[in-house]
Amino acid sequence: MIKDQEFLKDIASYCIENSKKLGATDVGVKVIHSVSENVSFRNKKLDESNRADSFAVNLTTYIEKKKSSINSSDLSKSNLEKLIERCIAATKITPSDENNSLPDKDLMSKEIRDLNLYDETHYPNDKKIEFLKKVEETASTDKKIVNTEAGFTENKNNFILANSNGFLGGYKTSNFSSSCVAVSRINGAMERDYEFGSTRFLKDIMKPEEIGKIAADKAIRKLGPKKIKSEKIGVIFDKRISKGILSTLASAISASAIARGTSFLKDQINSEIFPNSINIIDDPKIEKGLGSQNFDSEGVETNSLKLVENGILKNYLIDTYYGKKLNLKSNGRSGGTTNLYFQNGNLSFKDLLNSEKKFLYITETIGHGGNIITGDYSVGASGFMVEDGELTYPVSEITIAGNFKEIFKNITLANDLEMKYSTNAPTLLINQMTVAGK
Amino acid sequence: MSNFFKDTDIDTSQAEAIVTETLKNCDDGELYLENHKSESIVLDDNKIKSSTYNSDQGYGFRAVTGEVVAYSHSNDISKESLRKSSDNLKDTLKSKKGTYNHEIPKTNSKYYENINPIESKTFDSKIDLLNNVNNYLRSKGSIVNQVTANFLGEHKSIEIIRSDNQVLKDDRPLVRFNVSVVLEKDGKKETGVYGVGGRQSYDDYLKDGSWKDVCDEAFRIANVNLESKPAPAGEMKVVLGPGWPAILIHEAIGHGLEGDFNRKKTSAFHNLMGQQVASEGVTIVDDGTLHQRRGSLTIDDEGTPTENTVLIENGILKNYMQDRLNARLMGTKSTGSGRRESYKHVVLPRMRNTMMLSGKYSQDEMISSVDKGIFAVSFGGGQVDITSGKFVFNCTEAYEINNGKIGSPIKGATLIGDGPSILKEVSLVGNDMKLDPGIGTCGKAGQGVPVGVAQPSILINKMTVGGTKL
Repeated sequence: MIKDQEFLKDIASYCIENSKKLGATDVGVKVIHSVSENVSFRNKKLDESNRADSFAVNLTTYIEKKKSSINSSDLSKSNLEKLIERCIAATKITPSDENNSLPDKDLMSKEIRDLNLYDETHYPNDKKIEFLKKVEETASTDKKIVNTEAGFTENKNNFILANSNGFLGGYKTSNFSSSCVAVSRINGAMERDYEFGSTRFLKDIMKPEEIGKIAADKAIRKLGPKKIKSEKIGVIFDKRISKGILSTLASAISASAIARGTSFLKDQINSEIFPNSINIIDDPKIEKGLGSQNFDSEGVETNSLKLVENGILKNYLIDTYYGKKLNLKSNGRSGGTTNLYFQNGNLSFKDLLNSEKKFLYITETIGHGGNIITGDYSVGASGFMVEDGELTYPVSEITIAGNFKEIFKNITLANDLEMKYSTNAPTLLINQMTVAGK
Repeated sequence: MSNFFKDTDIDTSQAEAIVTETLKNCDDGELYLENHKSESIVLDDNKIKSSTYNSDQGYGFRAVTGEVVAYSHSNDISKESLRKSSDNLKDTLKSKKGTYNHEIPKTNSKYYENINPIESKTFDSKIDLLNNVNNYLRSKGSIVNQVTANFLGEHKSIEIIRSDNQVLKDDRPLVRFNVSVVLEKDGKKETGVYGVGGRQSYDDYLKDGSWKDVCDEAFRIANVNLESKPAPAGEMKVVLGPGWPAILIHEAIGHGLEGDFNRKKTSAFHNLMGQQVASEGVTIVDDGTLHQRRGSLTIDDEGTPTENTVLIENGILKNYMQDRLNARLMGTKSTGSGRRESYKHVVLPRMRNTMMLSGKYSQDEMISSVDKGIFAVSFGGGQVDITSGKFVFNCTEAYEINNGKIGSPIKGATLIGDGPSILKEVSLVGNDMKLDPGIGTCGKAGQGVPVGVAQPSILINKMTVGGTKL
């Protein structure tokens, strides 16, 4: 059973009171309890079951402008007492930083709205097993599928965030997720692909048959890939990849990267960085949203932000510390974005595929080849050649490269946005990138 | 005596009784207890950005029967919590007819001392050193745009209680010191990163001003990159420098030789045992026994003493890396490669220090043999798709080679290749094997564990370089 708010509040208050007693001028604390149950299957047999019951306390103490933190999983008061002493001792000898402080009181979240983030339904392991059997049965229908793995995870979480300025808030969240990995084989060579779904409510989760079928179909269509010649070509990003463009944008417009001067988008506020048809929104208040929240990791109220409007960069992602450095108020983005998405484009997926004679359609990238400082981008990739609007053959062992400044300006969006993750993008086309192959 | 049951309502013999009773008729399993202390102190943008101390403790209770693993973990070490975990495990493994394998080899070797690096250097002196790093680098001129430096230190105590009261223990220190510098010249910005570490105290890596060497190396890499031009795109010859570039070995073949992927037949290597998978002259080992190295372990996280496992000998595939579960199911022995990130994670077969051994050629011979290609000296991270065998890694310092001579530095680019065939393209193996500086963390199934790599310079006949210049 997940612990209730009173239990977590009691620990949070203990931490704040004791820190103040020992000399802290300000205190911030988060207390978390989570219970997670996971079952995984492999080739239609039970493979692993895993139950996790975890507590965490994250405490930050301030003495004027000095700051230090501790984290612990042991909630016993005897342990916390020792750790608070240690935290205060470290705070005393840590150099001051004029930007260290709790958030401004008037920015704090005032009321907690029920965003429908918690489903108390417990899905017993027997049910999870039934679900996974169906996933794998559908996934392994085709003889070319030689291996399947499937998993179901149920997560329940409760937390309290509090500070010595009187802020105290928290709420329960839940998560149900299921995945399937399928391995296909032809002539001794194998390919793998997957499908994954995650929702706040059990009843919203994808049907097991759907998860299994998509994973298998995707793994089969990748069989027999070719390595293509190096060339410059229009590249289409599948939805699984296209959301990565937004993650890059989010890193590059975080107040920390801007204040430190380590972003390729420094000094680009109010400049056109995307084509003027593009709008990017970060909305924390979406009901049942996977990235939804009432307040950020400092307790600051979060509201919907238009990050990019008609192609123009309108907002950074600002927390208290780096906000002070930039002389800007926090906009509730300590901890990053919430539900981040591109507004839909105008073209259907089919029309996008038909907009030129030949494209490379990328379904997977590997490696961490994005550089936020320079904007340079180079990653391994696999996908399909598209000719006259049709996927003609699979492609692998290639790289795609460019610079984000150019990539951003050459994006065309399809209109197939789905809210499947916390960051979501429709299929998108990048007019030209360098592909390295043979 | 166990330290884990102090201040709890349960003692060692009661815990042992629960373990033995729970694992009845199971093939394997254990109660794994862990106490983990760690610290992170970060200097960034001329300030001490954060100082954090973490204290984590908990247990992971595992029961294994056939291929099935039941696992339950908690940070509440109490009679009630252990009982609940035990019930959960028994409930999952309803029908079991296993025979518990009591055999676990003993060891008297130790590959590191039981020191706590967090306590063996004062907080003040760590702050001082970080400030010295900042001042030292910024004194190199106004092109220094940003300096970040940090200490990461930890001490982990583990205890493994197996069925019938067998108890195994280990205490593991680990430190890492990193410096990152951003230089700006003529509107162009580039980064250089360098770090050192291992299973000793901080001062073993930083004394006598050797911290300055770390700063100088980060500065040198950033400086080289300021002069870099766009990298070429396409297939060409690649010379890899010694040391850290061995993450190529780690990604290209290391992961593919982990026991689980081969038992499950999802690795591109699963049917290649005993076959030629690399050029003659290529020998690769995975060694957990190197003194004080980041990837070394006295015993693994199942209690098995580590060893030096030969993976590929003169081009022939000899062994996979095994934990107890996969070894049992494949009819072989654990190689002491069973590892987990923490008590919150199940054991998986993992790499330790993965090394390609020296051959007989000099780096000069390799470079002078290349008409057109690249010379890659330093890397960021890498990744592999185990099933298709395709792997990548990112250059952070590389140069073009023209007519046997090293030319201009080139921008960071991803290199991509095919694991099972890349080692057949290794045409020359250097005589200059070097260990990496002790900074690697390997990720698998969401678990990060410290690892090491080593290799001599090597010449690869053909690899795809992912630049922008056609």
